[in-house]
Amino acid sequence: MEIRNDKGVVKWLLIGICTVFLLVTLVLPLVYVIYTALRDGLGAYFAAVKDQYAVKAILLTIKVVIISVVVNSIFGIFAAWLITRFQFRGKKIISTLIDLPLTISPVIAGLIFVLTFGRQSAIYPFLEKWGIQIIFAVPGVVLATIFVTFPFISREIIPVLTVEGTDEEEAAALMGANGFQIFTQITFPHIKWAFLYGVVLCSARAMGEFGAVSVLSGHLCGRTNTMPLYIELLYQAFDFTGAFALSSILVIMAIIILVLRNIFEYRGKKEMES
Amino acid sequence: MKKKKRVIPGFGLSFGIVMAMLGLIVIIPLCSLVVFSLKLSFHDFIETVTAPRVLASYKVSILTALIASLINAVMGLLIAWVLVRYNFPGKRIMDGMIELPFALPTAVAGIALTHLTTQDGWVGKIFAKAGIQIAYTRIGITVALVFIGIPFVVRSVQPVLEKVEKEYEEAAAMFGASRARIFFEVIFPEIRPALISGFTMAFARSIGEYGSVVFIAGNTPYKTEIAPLMIMAKLQEFDYASATSIALVMLFIAFLILFVNALIQSYTSKIVSGIE
Amino acid sequence: MKKRGRFLTLLMVTTLAAGSLMACGSGSKETGNTQTGSKSGDSIEITNVSYDPTRELYAAYNELFAKHWQEENGQEVSVVQSHGGSGKQALEVANGLQADVVTLALEGDVDAVKNAGLIEDGYVDEFPLDSSPYTSSIVFLVRKDNPKNINDWDDLLRDDVGVITPNPKTSGGARWNYLAAWYYFEKQGQSEDEIKESIKTLYEHVLVLDSGARGATTSFVENGQGDVLLAWENEAFLSLDEHPGEYEIVVPSASILCQPTVAVVDEVVDKRGTREVATEYLNYLYSEEAQRLEAEWYYRPSNEELLKEYQYEGEGNTITELPENHKWIITDIDLTNIDHFGGWTKATEKHFADGGIFDSIYEKK
Repeated sequence: MEIRNDKGVVKWLLIGICTVFLLVTLVLPLVYVIYTALRDGLGAYFAAVKDQYAVKAILLTIKVVIISVVVNSIFGIFAAWLITRFQFRGKKIISTLIDLPLTISPVIAGLIFVLTFGRQSAIYPFLEKWGIQIIFAVPGVVLATIFVTFPFISREIIPVLTVEGTDEEEAAALMGANGFQIFTQITFPHIKWAFLYGVVLCSARAMGEFGAVSVLSGHLCGRTNTMPLYIELLYQAFDFTGAFALSSILVIMAIIILVLRNIFEYRGKKEMES
Repeated sequence: MKKKKRVIPGFGLSFGIVMAMLGLIVIIPLCSLVVFSLKLSFHDFIETVTAPRVLASYKVSILTALIASLINAVMGLLIAWVLVRYNFPGKRIMDGMIELPFALPTAVAGIALTHLTTQDGWVGKIFAKAGIQIAYTRIGITVALVFIGIPFVVRSVQPVLEKVEKEYEEAAAMFGASRARIFFEVIFPEIRPALISGFTMAFARSIGEYGSVVFIAGNTPYKTEIAPLMIMAKLQEFDYASATSIALVMLFIAFLILFVNALIQSYTSKIVSGIE
Repeated sequence: MKKRGRFLTLLMVTTLAAGSLMACGSGSKETGNTQTGSKSGDSIEITNVSYDPTRELYAAYNELFAKHWQEENGQEVSVVQSHGGSGKQALEVANGLQADVVTLALEGDVDAVKNAGLIEDGYVDEFPLDSSPYTSSIVFLVRKDNPKNINDWDDLLRDDVGVITPNPKTSGGARWNYLAAWYYFEKQGQSEDEIKESIKTLYEHVLVLDSGARGATTSFVENGQGDVLLAWENEAFLSLDEHPGEYEIVVPSASILCQPTVAVVDEVVDKRGTREVATEYLNYLYSEEAQRLEAEWYYRPSNEELLKEYQYEGEGNTITELPENHKWIITDIDLTNIDHFGGWTKATEKHFADGGIFDSIYEKK
């Protein structure tokens, strides 16, 4: 791998610096979370995790993650297709708009949905008439999560499709294949791993979103409290064991996701090489 | 629109779906932001967004975000380099950890970092001896922002670094160029766009960060009050117009960052943004 | 390889389709629930939107009330709780959070909900005693043995004292803190300018300005910041309860009687048909059982007799450990109330609104 065998010193110095940096910034907070979660023993840990509101928060979080990943997958694939396969005016604007949620403060993300669907908005009377409650209910939480994870999947697919070029697809189209056939047989195999990687990132971020969801959820215990919100609630109630126990579950979920990510990336690379 | 006939099907469908979802999730909500801030007269708007305390909060946000992103740029480059160029035990674990800040809820990160860095915390204790306080100061904010910004730079630079052709370097080395020269004259220009892109994304994300910072910041006006907190504060005073005005300014900053980034990218690498 | 690729694709597409169907299904079901769940025959559900420190109190009260309602009406009632900073909670209700009742930290916040058109005028007279079933006060929480010797508001102006209090702009409790301090300095015979100067010095000593009362308590208790916490009485006693022997409560010579306000949210109960149960939920807060419960959680009951029953019997202004039998209410203290400041509308305008006195103390010289 190495271009030349760096004499130990430089190589190990650099590795050392990185390891220390990551240990302090990433690993230490994790260790702290798990340490605090287990401080009062396993019994307290499982009691905290099995609490009915905790279970509801976990289920809600999983639900929100699934919905956001599905919506963003559909969007991501179409957006990537649109941006890499066609030339049209306004493409730059669309591409910027897709990336925008990444740079918007989560607080603002929450705020804009409150303004759009809240009581003082112009469309609130209509929502009211149809009995639709968006903000301070599950749909609002889902919307906010979709918003903050909006670009994740398309951003992973777009570079791959750009590099791939359009020759194969054009050929297939000229031979009379329809869009669905082209996509499933030519395009998708190329972007498979990038897509899965995007899904992984998207679910990781969706799981942990706090700022935007906090503005929109109304904090209804057992209803709209996702795990991060419930963790904050426990923390504020001085239930540190509970707060960190639930956090540790999120940490474990995060680690599982990261392991999956590694597998996907590894397989993707292997396939590219073969 | 160009007259050239499109060979690949699906333009209408993709365009429709993308626009519909963009509209529902991004454009309409952002428009309502503009509509609400229009309730203020221009004069009031300027007054609100340039109030000394608000200005101070931009300063805190931008300053800490800048420092944190610079740290991340340097460390991110280093980590990417180590991950791409060296083999060592634990490499894949290190590689897998990078996305952790994405996955760990910002609130949890904020709470854990605060506990670690107060005078009695594991890390804070050491620094307290040297008379440095981390939690509840700007240093604390910077620490939190470094945490959330790590993946951006690493993941931007890493793929490009993998592609930089080794033949290049080997040739340069054969001509007797020193290692430092190889890095700065051959490798660095190649990865610069990716580095800048990662830096700007980390920077943009840091300016807006709320969840982790609010626990560690101390929130003292003029000192450790960040811009997103100002929005929250205005909201809690039922002052929608001011809150949306400040939000609009931050949105503008976000746009600006993206725009500058896009500009840089379009001059150099076209891979990252996908824009031709 | 190719076959496997196709299989994988198929799998993905099916999963996506199934996932989205499931998502839509469960999503719409959820929406349905929040709309109609409150009306079904033998069980009823209401939402109580409250402020931070009442979490434990209402968790206990909800059980008590559920039993009461079951006995009276043979109907099961479940109460969904929401807690957060008082101002933020009011804002969310004004924005469409479906709350049947609000139990907030101060009348000013309920007013905000009223101004949004959700609560009818005159709600203050709907329940006894200006709709505040329990009250509280502001006290100091200091570290064990009071190392900085903090006894009254004056001591907070000393340069060696670090103060923790939340931000009055965002926290209801913090507004009471601020007004209590104001009252003390006023009582010292200071002119308004002198009071402003004192308050300014006080806030210069604030180390962490959290956005809510709970955040401030956490900063003081868990993260070891500062020498004194200006706290709700109930928060202070709760900290004493959670960490025996680590803290002491110092009762200043003057403070303020905090009157949290409760109200039925008319628009929501009319839509959901929950007016009856929501009204009874708040009314029952005045019953003897409920008043006892409130006293157990360190709120001052409005029932005069109970107040006497829980009266503190010790000497001095420092409480080092929880009194036996929960006799904790210190009555020997000069408590003003919000009327002294001309009511919340006036107080907010003068002190806390944009450009008010609180803003001016943080202005740069």
